Amino acid sequence: MQNSKLHLNEAPKILWYTLVSISVVLFVIPFNALKKLVTRSTLKRDFEAEEIVSNESSLKRFVFQQWTGDTTAAQEHRIFVYFLIPALGGFLLMVVLPFMMGVYYSFTNWSGLNTGRQIFIGFENYIELFTDFRFFYSFFRTAVYSLSNILAINAVAFGLALIVTQKLKLKNVYRAGFFMPNLIGGLVLGYIWQFIYNQAIVSLGGVFATSMLISGDTAMIGLIIVVTWQYAGYIMMIYIAALQNVPMDLIEASKIEGANALQRLRHILLPLVAQAFTISLFLTLVTSFKQFDTVQSLTQGNPVMLLPQWMMNLYGVESLQTVFSLDFIASDIYKEAFTRFNMGFGQAKAIIFFIVLALISLVQVYFNKRREVEL
Amino acid sequence: MILQRPKSTKEPIRWGMVVLEVMTFLLLISFAFPFYLVLINSAKSATEIFADPLGLPDTFGQILVNINLILGNPSIRYLNSFVNSIIITTTSLLAIGLFSGMAAWVLVRTKTKYSFLIFMLFVSGMVLPFQVVMLPLVRLLELMRVYTGIQFLDTYHGIVLAYIGFGAPLSVFMFHGFIKSIPYEIEEAATIDGCTKPQIFFLIILPILKPIFVTLLVLNGMWIWNDYLLPVLVIGLGGDVQTLPVAVANLAGTYVKQWDLILTSVLMAATPVVVLFLFAQKHIIQGMTSGAIK
Repeated sequence: MQNSKLHLNEAPKILWYTLVSISVVLFVIPFNALKKLVTRSTLKRDFEAEEIVSNESSLKRFVFQQWTGDTTAAQEHRIFVYFLIPALGGFLLMVVLPFMMGVYYSFTNWSGLNTGRQIFIGFENYIELFTDFRFFYSFFRTAVYSLSNILAINAVAFGLALIVTQKLKLKNVYRAGFFMPNLIGGLVLGYIWQFIYNQAIVSLGGVFATSMLISGDTAMIGLIIVVTWQYAGYIMMIYIAALQNVPMDLIEASKIEGANALQRLRHILLPLVAQAFTISLFLTLVTSFKQFDTVQSLTQGNPVMLLPQWMMNLYGVESLQTVFSLDFIASDIYKEAFTRFNMGFGQAKAIIFFIVLALISLVQVYFNKRREVEL
Repeated sequence: MILQRPKSTKEPIRWGMVVLEVMTFLLLISFAFPFYLVLINSAKSATEIFADPLGLPDTFGQILVNINLILGNPSIRYLNSFVNSIIITTTSLLAIGLFSGMAAWVLVRTKTKYSFLIFMLFVSGMVLPFQVVMLPLVRLLELMRVYTGIQFLDTYHGIVLAYIGFGAPLSVFMFHGFIKSIPYEIEEAATIDGCTKPQIFFLIILPILKPIFVTLLVLNGMWIWNDYLLPVLVIGLGGDVQTLPVAVANLAGTYVKQWDLILTSVLMAATPVVVLFLFAQKHIIQGMTSGAIK
């Protein structure tokens, strides 16, 4: 028993060596791949050098030749590697390698960033995750939030875009003004709105005397207002670009034919800006799903609420449980890791989160492709 | 004699448009209202904010007092954080732009299965949310210190390296699309005139890439300047090289509900971007929009 645990503890080291060797291989492939993958034109130019190499038929000599030789092919491959290494190296080191480590950690009971003691526990995290009502709750809240959010943002953004594409005097001022909140990061905006909800509005008294951020559902509405205010101007710009591409003669023709404004909107504008709708819907969906900064500074995931009855029934929870009503998945992962120190479990959540986002992106690609075919 | 009707130079006033104009203006004011609140409350003392958060301040001179408080505050270290933000953002932007451009160029011009695979690797990196790599990333940076003896957490090079990794996919993708549209004949002509490969890139291709370079500067710049999650993990609250968002969060965590301090720091953190926006409005809007459509 102990023996097997020890053996499994070696896994990170083995993984580490594998990953290092993979990256080494990736850097070496340029030399190995040369022979097969060089284009025909370079082969012709490099005919003599190639002959020498094949005579020597030693990899070492070949690599040496590629790095020191003055032939065009040798130069080109040096350039290929040198030009690629900074970006690809950074990407492999900072994204691909941590991702692979992350997949491994999601199968362990990793508990602290630098303790270095984690045991491979197989699918335990994933099984626990699907029986964990907290994760389901935060997933559900994220979905509710994302859906309401994309509706609110896109409705406001499209409305604004329709307004500012009219012949208004201060058209450009409006555009810049509506865009402005988007310049400032979500974190900073969260503090501004925390002040507005908890101080400014409350000071009005009467119906406003209790802050919106006290109760879970109104807090979510409050958050949606903040994010809509932040994002609508940005999405508006996308719609403006699409609306400006609508040919004027179509609109003129419809006016002559006697279509009213609503008919024009329904039958001419909406179909022609459908592409922009797909783009904006997916953009807002993904950003809503990743929501972290704003909610962190607005309420830090508060207010605390009781787990709804139907979810208690679903998971067979007997006693009343409290949950953070604005802990969306991104915040939940962060809290799992840094306040509860269940890093392996948090990492498993992150993997699920990634899979969901990847699926969304695939659906998006599918929609975009289909539209391309239609056009 | 036929009296000609004078041609009207003015279009008749359309009341619908006037109403729309007024309504839009009101809408703009309501959009700007949160900024107005920040501005007026930055000029109040803590007791004044508590008594009346909506009214005008007694004296606008208080804003200087508040700014001085922020400048001297040890948890935000405003000037230090501001310089850090500038150093980190500009270095990352230049590195991402240059390295991604280089990579995209060789990937486009070397038509092999291998370069296609690398390109696909970059593209798939665009889907990856930061949350899925954040925990192992911090572990990795710590491990790199253990193995190499070089500190990576809470340093400029550590965070710039991270930004190169996370900025590369989108930038390579956008450069790739743009470079494909540059005719290869230009490079052939340059080769005949005696240009070496690096010269072709730095003297000929790079100037052509300018428009997309600007787009990426805006897109990545807005992201890096406002980013919170990556710096808070790699640098940490109150770290040596904390950026502005991290510094504001650090301040707001230390002085909970002291709105005079928090709002003044918010004002000071937001002002640089807003000023930049006033000067480069066209570029910023264009960059962010065309980046989204890609």
